[in-house]
Amino acid sequence: MANSLNHEMMNEHQHGHDGHHDQEELRQFGFWIFLMTDVILFSVLFATYIVLSGSTNGGPGTELFELNGIIISTFVLLTSSFTSGLAVLAMHQGKKNALINWLIVTALLGATFITLEVTEFMTLVHEGATIGTSAFWSAFFTLVGTHGLHVSIGLVWMVALMFQIKKYGINPVTIRKVNIVSLYWHFLDVVWIFVFTIVYLMGVM
Amino acid sequence: MMDQQHSEHGQGHGTLKQYVIGFALSIILTIIPLIIVLNDLLEGAAAIVVLIGMGALQFIVQLIFFMHLREEKKPRYNLMTLIFGLIILVTIVGGSMWILLYNGVMHH
Repeated sequence: MANSLNHEMMNEHQHGHDGHHDQEELRQFGFWIFLMTDVILFSVLFATYIVLSGSTNGGPGTELFELNGIIISTFVLLTSSFTSGLAVLAMHQGKKNALINWLIVTALLGATFITLEVTEFMTLVHEGATIGTSAFWSAFFTLVGTHGLHVSIGLVWMVALMFQIKKYGINPVTIRKVNIVSLYWHFLDVVWIFVFTIVYLMGVM
Repeated sequence: MMDQQHSEHGQGHGTLKQYVIGFALSIILTIIPLIIVLNDLLEGAAAIVVLIGMGALQFIVQLIFFMHLREEKKPRYNLMTLIFGLIILVTIVGGSMWILLYNGVMHH
């Protein structure tokens, strides 16, 4: 299966391209497949949340949501999706320093997002809504927490990548890695849009 | 010639203009549902349809302007995988909601 796919992709660029380049493209496609498995993971968590959204067992429910903080973190994440795009743009123009700087901006915005999320979780726990309080809160913390975990992993990954770019510069391998981390970051932004809409906006409605 | 130069970088990577348009659209698509919810402009099913619709548009904006799905070369493996993922998503979310929310109501 992978072989025939590789073969087809090879045929695609038989004119004037070396095998190495096709391998990089195949790796990007492999990451795209990983993202689709993440789509499945999040769709299960969303389905669970939607089904359990009324199951508060008489305890606190969506009235604990603080929309102001959520709005700020939504715009922070949207902006970081944009700046990670600018990083990719700088990379393709061969600007190594601009690439690293945009990655730093993206990572700082991502860190701000995580900080806001941790603060929100601490406030919720303080007000008596923990992961064990009710089925609703279990579903909430699992869904939102899984997204937060993805963002945190993306942050570690991005910082590691900055050191690689600093050391090795812009080459086919780092180009692929930046493309992939940017794809991952845009994907997390998409997932957050649905968390924002389904969990928070519909929750306070 | 143009095409060859483009494919040298593998996947398409967009232009500054594209990123700025995408960013502006994503901001607008976030503000509209916010206004609707904060001012109670819509209720019930209408609100849910509009909010989910805005989310779906936002998804399409990210796919086209940031993830460059449209610039993918043929055969469109990324698009095919995406459609497969979305079919599974609709099956899981729609199926769970239908069985656990609506069929549950019948027993009350």
